[in-house]
Amino acid sequence: MAATTSSAEQAAPAADRGPGNAEGREPERDAAGLGRRRAAAFVAPALVLVALFLVLPAVWTLYLGATDYRLTGIPAIDPSFVGFDNITKALGDESFLHSLRLTLLFVLGSAVIGQAGLGFALAWWMRERSGWLRTTLEALVMLAWILPSSVVAFLWIAFLDRDGGTLNELLRTPGAAWLLDHPMLSIIVYNIWRGSAFSMMLYSAALGNVPASHLETARLAGASGFQQLRDVVFPRIRGHILTNLLLISLWTFNDFTPFLITAGGPDGKTETLPVHIYKTALGSGELGYGAALSFLMLLINLVVAVIYLRLLGQKNRKKKTRTARGRSAEGARGSELEESA
Amino acid sequence: MRTPANPAAALLRGVGVYLLVALTLAFFALPMLWLASAPFDKHPGITVSLPDFTLANFERLWNNPNAVDSLASSLILAGGSAVLVVGLSALAAYALSRVHIRGRDGLLYALLLLSSIVTGTAAMVPIFLLAAELDLVDSYLGVVLVLTGGLLPAAIFILKDFMDTTPRSYEESARVFGASPLRVMKDIVVPVVRPGLATVGVWTVAQVWGNFLIPFLLLRSPDKSPAAVVMYTFYTEGGQPDLALISTFSLLYSLPVVLMFLFVSRRYGFRFHGGIKA
Amino acid sequence: MGVVARRTALTAAVLGAGSAALAGCGSPLDPRGGEGGDGAMALSVATNAVAGGKNADEAEWIERWVIPRFVAQQRAEGVDVRVEFQPSGVDDEQYKTKLALDLKAQAGPDVMALDGIWLGEFAQAEYIRPLHEVAGSGVADWSGWRQISPKVRSLARFEGKLYGIPAGTDARVLYFHKPLFRRAGLPADWQPASWQDILDAARTLKRLDGVTPLQINAGTAMGEATTMQGVLPLLTGAGGRIAKGDRWYGDTPELRAVLGFYRDVYRHGLGDPRLQQEAKGRDKSFEQFAEGRLGILAEGDYFWRDVISPGTGTAPMKQRDNDVGYALVPARARHEGIGGRDHVSLSGGAVHVLNPNTRHPRQAFALLTALHSARALRARLGDAAMITERDDVNDTVLEKDPMLRFCADKALPVTSFRPPLAAYTAVSLALQEATARVVAGREPDHVAQGYRKELEEVLGGSDHIIG
Repeated sequence: MAATTSSAEQAAPAADRGPGNAEGREPERDAAGLGRRRAAAFVAPALVLVALFLVLPAVWTLYLGATDYRLTGIPAIDPSFVGFDNITKALGDESFLHSLRLTLLFVLGSAVIGQAGLGFALAWWMRERSGWLRTTLEALVMLAWILPSSVVAFLWIAFLDRDGGTLNELLRTPGAAWLLDHPMLSIIVYNIWRGSAFSMMLYSAALGNVPASHLETARLAGASGFQQLRDVVFPRIRGHILTNLLLISLWTFNDFTPFLITAGGPDGKTETLPVHIYKTALGSGELGYGAALSFLMLLINLVVAVIYLRLLGQKNRKKKTRTARGRSAEGARGSELEESA
Repeated sequence: MRTPANPAAALLRGVGVYLLVALTLAFFALPMLWLASAPFDKHPGITVSLPDFTLANFERLWNNPNAVDSLASSLILAGGSAVLVVGLSALAAYALSRVHIRGRDGLLYALLLLSSIVTGTAAMVPIFLLAAELDLVDSYLGVVLVLTGGLLPAAIFILKDFMDTTPRSYEESARVFGASPLRVMKDIVVPVVRPGLATVGVWTVAQVWGNFLIPFLLLRSPDKSPAAVVMYTFYTEGGQPDLALISTFSLLYSLPVVLMFLFVSRRYGFRFHGGIKA
Repeated sequence: MGVVARRTALTAAVLGAGSAALAGCGSPLDPRGGEGGDGAMALSVATNAVAGGKNADEAEWIERWVIPRFVAQQRAEGVDVRVEFQPSGVDDEQYKTKLALDLKAQAGPDVMALDGIWLGEFAQAEYIRPLHEVAGSGVADWSGWRQISPKVRSLARFEGKLYGIPAGTDARVLYFHKPLFRRAGLPADWQPASWQDILDAARTLKRLDGVTPLQINAGTAMGEATTMQGVLPLLTGAGGRIAKGDRWYGDTPELRAVLGFYRDVYRHGLGDPRLQQEAKGRDKSFEQFAEGRLGILAEGDYFWRDVISPGTGTAPMKQRDNDVGYALVPARARHEGIGGRDHVSLSGGAVHVLNPNTRHPRQAFALLTALHSARALRARLGDAAMITERDDVNDTVLEKDPMLRFCADKALPVTSFRPPLAAYTAVSLALQEATARVVAGREPDHVAQGYRKELEEVLGGSDHIIG
């Protein structure tokens, strides 16, 4: 991935300048006159902390994944090196593959479609509005995002409960066991509720950069709502879509809260990978195997990220720009202007 | 689909949109109702009902030896992490945004991926042994550092994106007047990206506020337990929830983050990209 | 799994580094750094209890009763000690993880409570050592041993060695709702003699509207409650066991019989299959019993003491003593239980152990015994009753509650314990999954074969499987 990005950067013309893209290639071109050395000093504290408290334990965990290490019992004191055995075991284990399928469904349903979709719709609706309705809606959406997960889990258990849950009272469907009959749907809907705020904020910001005049022009030219979105809005927020999808997919992939609502049940029907790993590592104490599962999860996250970069990043690159990640509409506009100049 | 020509269609459309908005509003509000009713109910159950009003649950909570203190611990952990995360990620994001370092994006994304391992359960032994080795067990600092390490990559990722979009022209002119880079950052960049910093700060606080596993593993003294850990103790021997305590504590536990959100959004705005458009 | 049994230098370095380096440092959890600032000897004790939360009574008893008296008594002997209680109050798995990590780092509390079934895995990991190795010859001198019956003492044994002092025990029985029984025309002094008697009673109860006749825990959502309250009492009732020595039974006729019983219950509407899947299913079964919507429930004595207890229960029943009947769990048929028994039960309990790294083994042992003196146990119970580890205490305390007297006199003599082996949790999970499959409609024989395969996976081969 690093290669993709840096080749993209190198492919970018060295001549671009101007406020929109002063991401200078050479140090002397950076706006604040930071210089490489000072830049390094700015990055260093974060990097040291990350190296010590993130990279070290993570790499250590990856190493544990190649052993049969356990929390208790004989392997706790005398673990053996098993190489790729854990990985092979996982790939042949139906319960792991089942978890993986559930996780992908969870990410696709709740993050890629749900949060991104609802988040965009909310941002779109709010874009030209103010007043109590908008404020209330925004506050509620944000509230769902910032409440602690243990609290939120209780709220949803109460909401979906089969005897006397709020949802059943409202729909007058006493006894409907949402969490048992539609377990995945339940946690997907839950996660849409929980995380749409982030997409909403990101898209609100992005839409703020789409000039109203362009939309107006398109409207006058008779473009339908969908056409406006496709031709005017989408190209300008492509970078935000990428950033958003990358982050919410990663977060959803690693989300553990469904466990607090369903405990992975009924009968493993909501046992997503983080839950599976939790049950393996903490429940059964199989830390080596759990670590190997974490490694597989990391690889899958990587694949998902590369797919996004291919789908949304490529056009950017072709079009001219260097970065393969989320970029501002502002930058994009600047580049386009330049390109046409 | 086209722009409606006649007022009737426009009206219909408007009604449709508001119906959708009303549904969305209900969708977000309904699950929260329990938090508003159960704490005030004499016999709180899992069902939302008009409470058989009482404040006795609050009194019980107030008399609980750990509940109120745990909020103070949570504040320390969340505050400490937020300061570190916001400060360090702002510095790093700014430098990464303004100066090209080879392999920067790759590195950032690799860190983002690794952070998913450390926030999972499989990493608990390395994290614990590391903390033990550094003599950070049973100290707030240990929890803050471990959590900060896990949150920094995403914070830098978000902030760098944000910094990329802010105009450079002010920085250039400040530099012409001889301001040092740190000063430029403090006086020019920070005010512009303040909503972004606020967002990252709130995000950090929310993450730390809800985190159970790390403080549980690393802290030992009961008076240091944060609210997320104490919340898990309101169960009986057989694992049954004490709903009176849990609902009341949920409300109290949520309040600080809600207040913080309101304060921050009033004071700094609360969105990703700031007011100034180049 | 093709394990390469080779401990590489790197393994040793990475896994060993933490603990080796720790030996030198006096982190706050390090018991050997245990000198109070005032020169007092510092000791700590940990249980999964916390004031104002889980097991609050126990936490308050240790903090306010045991510790002050222990400190005073030591001072009288000229020893200046300071004792700290480390509360937890979380899920057992989480509590266990935390202790294991502390012990791995050669730190942790001086005295701690473990669930009896963790003994084996903790001992194998060398996290704990036999009591006499830690505390020396003084162990045998403690007068309390005479009051703890060999059966209860076996809770604290692993591979023939004693690791600590058991902290009470419990028993499993069948509870029945007397008003429902009356309405259905069943006797108020019901005592089934066979599984068939249970099913017959359940069929009779089924005629009542809105009543679930029977709850035998099943599935993974109930966790250990499925194994402890369901599978194991049934298995021993069919004359079977789950393990012998360090080998586990696989697909046996007894297991098939147990799964067949589950089929009879859940496929003929005698139990509620949905309840077995719900995350809060066990809580719901308690509520339903308390509200008179559930006829028969297999549970531990904890259900009587803490769930339906009129004043303090989580699902209190004001008329508990009148409305709730209890009976021994019958063997499949007369004399078919393990050892030819007519009735069976299952028991468990916590064990208090010493940290092998404790810096003050003598005082730590004194603190351990202070938790188990007759006076201390009586103070702990107050007006409540519970089956303690001490016969002398039980003799007086159990008079307060006929139900617990029944458990101690009738159930304990026919009870069994779970094997304290490291693989137990994984095997238990496999059993829970097997019951879940039967409840979901699979054939018991087929499921029993599946269980055998699952065991192989869990145990890494057939070496440790019988049958």
